[in-house]
Amino acid sequence: MNARLRWRKFLSAFMLTMTGVCALISVSVLFFILGYLVYHGGTSISWNFFTKLPAPVGEIGGGMANAIVGSGKLLLIATLFGVPIGFLGAIYLAEFSGSTTAFVVRYAADLLNGVPSIVIGIFAYALAVLPFKHFSTLAGGFALGLMMIPITLRSTEEFLRGVPKALREAAMALGASKWKTITSVIVPAAYRGILTAILLAFARVAGETAPLLFTAFGNRFWSNGWNQPTASLPAMIYTYAIAPYDDWHRQAWAAGLVLLGLILIINIVARAILSRGIAVPRA
Amino acid sequence: MHATVRPAVSVKIPPVATSATNRESASALSMRMTISKVNFFYGAKQTLFDVSLGIATNKVTSLIGPSGCGKSTLLRTLNRMHETVRGARLEGEILLDGQNILAQDVTAHRRRVGMVFQRPNPFPKSIFDNVAYGLNINGSKTPIAEAVEKSLRHAALWDEVKDHLHKSAYELSGGQQQRLCIARALAVEPEVLLLDEPCSALDPISTAKIEELLVQLKDLCTIAIVTHNMQQAARVSDFTAFLLTGQLIEFSPTPQLFTTPGDPRTEAYITGRFG
Repeated sequence: MNARLRWRKFLSAFMLTMTGVCALISVSVLFFILGYLVYHGGTSISWNFFTKLPAPVGEIGGGMANAIVGSGKLLLIATLFGVPIGFLGAIYLAEFSGSTTAFVVRYAADLLNGVPSIVIGIFAYALAVLPFKHFSTLAGGFALGLMMIPITLRSTEEFLRGVPKALREAAMALGASKWKTITSVIVPAAYRGILTAILLAFARVAGETAPLLFTAFGNRFWSNGWNQPTASLPAMIYTYAIAPYDDWHRQAWAAGLVLLGLILIINIVARAILSRGIAVPRA
Repeated sequence: MHATVRPAVSVKIPPVATSATNRESASALSMRMTISKVNFFYGAKQTLFDVSLGIATNKVTSLIGPSGCGKSTLLRTLNRMHETVRGARLEGEILLDGQNILAQDVTAHRRRVGMVFQRPNPFPKSIFDNVAYGLNINGSKTPIAEAVEKSLRHAALWDEVKDHLHKSAYELSGGQQQRLCIARALAVEPEVLLLDEPCSALDPISTAKIEELLVQLKDLCTIAIVTHNMQQAARVSDFTAFLLTGQLIEFSPTPQLFTTPGDPRTEAYITGRFG
C-alpha cells in the first residue's frame, strides 16, 4: 500500500511538473520570438524606415513607408469585404436558418478556413487579377478578405448563440420585432466577443504573405489608388529575408517588428474600447 | 404518484363565469382576457386540453399545478411567446378586450400584454436604459425620463436606484433585478402583466416585496401569475386556476379554492399529497 501511495504521489508531482513545463514552453516561444525580433529589428528601425521608400539595390538605408501604407490599404479592403459578409452571414446562421442550412454553411466555412492560403491566392488571382490583366491592391485585399470571412462567421455565430435565451425573450415580450431584438439586444450583448473575433481574423490575415504574392504582387514605389500593385509588409519581409544583402536582412527584421507592433497596437486599442460598456455576466 | 390523480378525459370543467360568481356578481366582473377551448401542441405532443378561463380585469389570477401541468405554457400563449418555439401550435381562441389576439400584429399585442420571467433577465445595459427599452423601440413620444421614474416607482425600486440610474443593471441584487424587470414591463403601460414564477429564483425577503408589489399593481393593470408556491397564490391572487396534465381542473375565487376545493384532485394537490 505504501509503495502504491508513493507511486501515486510521484506520478502526481511528475504530471504537475510536466503541465507547468508545457505551459512555460508555450509562453516562452512567444517571448522568444518577440525578444528575437526586438533584438534584430530594434536596431534597424529608424525614422527613415517609416518615411522613406526602399533604397535601390546596392544602396544602404531607405525604408518601407510604401509597404506600411500598402499593408494598411490591403487590410482595409479585406476588412470592408470580409467582415460584413462574415458578420451578416453569422446573424443569419444564428438567428434565422434551420439546423440543416446552418450545418452546411458552418461546415463549408470550416473547410474554407482550412484552405491553404496559397490556394486562396490562386483563386483571387484567377478572379481578380487575370480578368483585369494587372495586379492590384483590390485583388490583394479581396484575397485577404476571403480568408477573414470564415473566421468572422464562425466566431460571430458562436458569440451570438452564446447570448442567453432569456434576453431574447425579454426583448420579444416587450414588443420588439425579431430584427429589433437582434440589433438592440443580441448584437450589443455579444459585441465584445464579435469584436475580438474580428481582431483575431484581422491579425491572422495581417501576416499572410502567400495570398499577396500574385495578387498585390509587390512594388518598390508608392502605389497610387487601388488599382496598382502594392508593397506590403509580409511580402517585403519575404523578399528582403531571402536577398543576399545584410542590410536587407536587417530591414526584414525591422519590418517584422513593425508588423507585430501594429497588430499589437490595434489589439490594445480595441481591447481598451471593449472594456467599456456592460458585459453579460456568465451564468 | 401522478398516475393516481391523472384525470379522466371526460372531466367536467366548471364554466368560466359561474365559479367566479360566488362572491362577486358576474356583471361586476369584466374579463380582460378570455381563453376559450385552447388546445396546445408541441409538435405531436399535446400539452393543453380544452382549457377555458377568464382573466378578470384589475385582479390577480394565479395558475397553479405541479411541474409539467401546462401552466407556464398557458401563460405564454397569452402574449404569444409560444410562437418563438418551433413546432408549437395553438388551437382555440384567446380574446383581449373582445378581440382575437391571434389576429393582431404580434409586436403590438406584446406591448399590451407584458411578461416577467422566472429568472431576472435585465439587458446588459444601465438601469435607466433597461426601463427605457420598451419606450425606445416603440418610438415613444412621452418624455422618457419621466416614464422611467414612474415605472420604477410603480415597481417600488425608485428609492433604491434613483442615485445610480446609469449603473449596470447587473449590479443590482436578484430581487432588485426582478423588480427592474417588472418596471421594464410596466414602462410600456401594458393592460395585462404576465408573471411566470417570478419569485422562484429569489430569497424570501425579495419574494415578499414582489408579492406586496403585485397586490398594489392590480389598480394599474390586470395580472396573471404562474406560481409553484401555493401559499403565494393564496396570498396574492383573487382567482386561482388549478391545472393538471394540461387540463383545467378547477377555477374559483382563491379563498374558495383553498378552503373548499370543488374537486378531490385540487384538494389532494393543495394539501400536499402530490406535486
